[in-house]
Amino acid sequence: MSHHNENIAAAHDHHDHGGMDKKGIWKVFFILLALTALEFLIALGFVHHWGVIEKGMVLNTIYIVLTLVKAYYIVAYFMHLKFEKSGFILCCAIGFIFIVYFIILLLIEGDFLLYHLHSHPLFPSK
Amino acid sequence: MSTTTVSQLDKVKDGPWSGGKSPWNLEYGKIMMWFFLVSDAFTFSAFLIYYGAQKFAQPTWIDADKIFQSIPGIAEHGQPLVFVGIMTFILIMSSVTMVLAVDAGHRNQKQEVVKWMLWTILGGLCFLGCQAIEWTHLHHQGFWFGRNPATGLEGDAVAEALAPYFTKDISYTAALQFSNLFFTITGFHGFHVSVGVLLNIIILWMTMNNTFERRGTYLMVEKVGLYWHFVDLVWVFVFTFFYLI
Repeated sequence: MSHHNENIAAAHDHHDHGGMDKKGIWKVFFILLALTALEFLIALGFVHHWGVIEKGMVLNTIYIVLTLVKAYYIVAYFMHLKFEKSGFILCCAIGFIFIVYFIILLLIEGDFLLYHLHSHPLFPSK
Repeated sequence: MSTTTVSQLDKVKDGPWSGGKSPWNLEYGKIMMWFFLVSDAFTFSAFLIYYGAQKFAQPTWIDADKIFQSIPGIAEHGQPLVFVGIMTFILIMSSVTMVLAVDAGHRNQKQEVVKWMLWTILGGLCFLGCQAIEWTHLHHQGFWFGRNPATGLEGDAVAEALAPYFTKDISYTAALQFSNLFFTITGFHGFHVSVGVLLNIIILWMTMNNTFERRGTYLMVEKVGLYWHFVDLVWVFVFTFFYLI
């Protein structure tokens, strides 16, 4: 039991050193806010209101990149993962290779279905 | 010669994995919370990837700018993204108050933890309220699990009922799939938010009861904080894939 408490104390100590102070927390908040505002500026301003950018692959890529940057800031700073041991970061992150693989697989599959389900007419049996 | 070899073998190993200490310098419950969140991230990924696959497989899809364009109580039409923008802001804000609660816990400031936990819970409840309003709005328009505004109609009436939600071609199947996936995914996320609010209330209660003060550490606030940030993280993705793209 005492050993367990020592571990807690040790882990606790560690966080007092590596981490963020209040200034850092608000800085990350303003970065997240700015990125969200940028998304709204693109969606409402450039696409909807002024019609400068058209909806399509390029726009989607911009949105996804902005989303991933936001996700990085939340996981790294708010969830504190950046300040953990590298072995632990690797342990949590490595499984997402399969998610990337899954995305590629299902997008190929979706594309296949689009072509093969909709390019051939139906022949009703009489 | 041989003495050097022996002394090398006898050298005490002191690497992080040689035993005697916690190699990740993390408490057990916190590691398990992380592993749970990784598995939960897989579930949400599977949902969102299936949504993407459906969108790729359908020749046409609902236009987000057309289906989400009301601000309840202010404007019925013509304001795309504004209401969901408010929801996103509320959730980011409650994420910040959660980090501030964790930070106050590190400094063992009980009153501060209570203050920030209260703000976090308030933010979570506001978000759930907004989501309830949004669901009600869509339900009134005819969207629900397994149905869309054209369900039960026939002939030209189908295209007529669905026309307000599409920019390109109109598809009953696409509208139905959108409806199913929207309610399933935002519902699953909303369920996570509800559980998060409940956990936050329990933590607030324990803080006020001096449980963590007696324990000497506010680590529990940190663990529930991880869960709460994860909920925010999922919303970032839901927001992008449902409302922006």
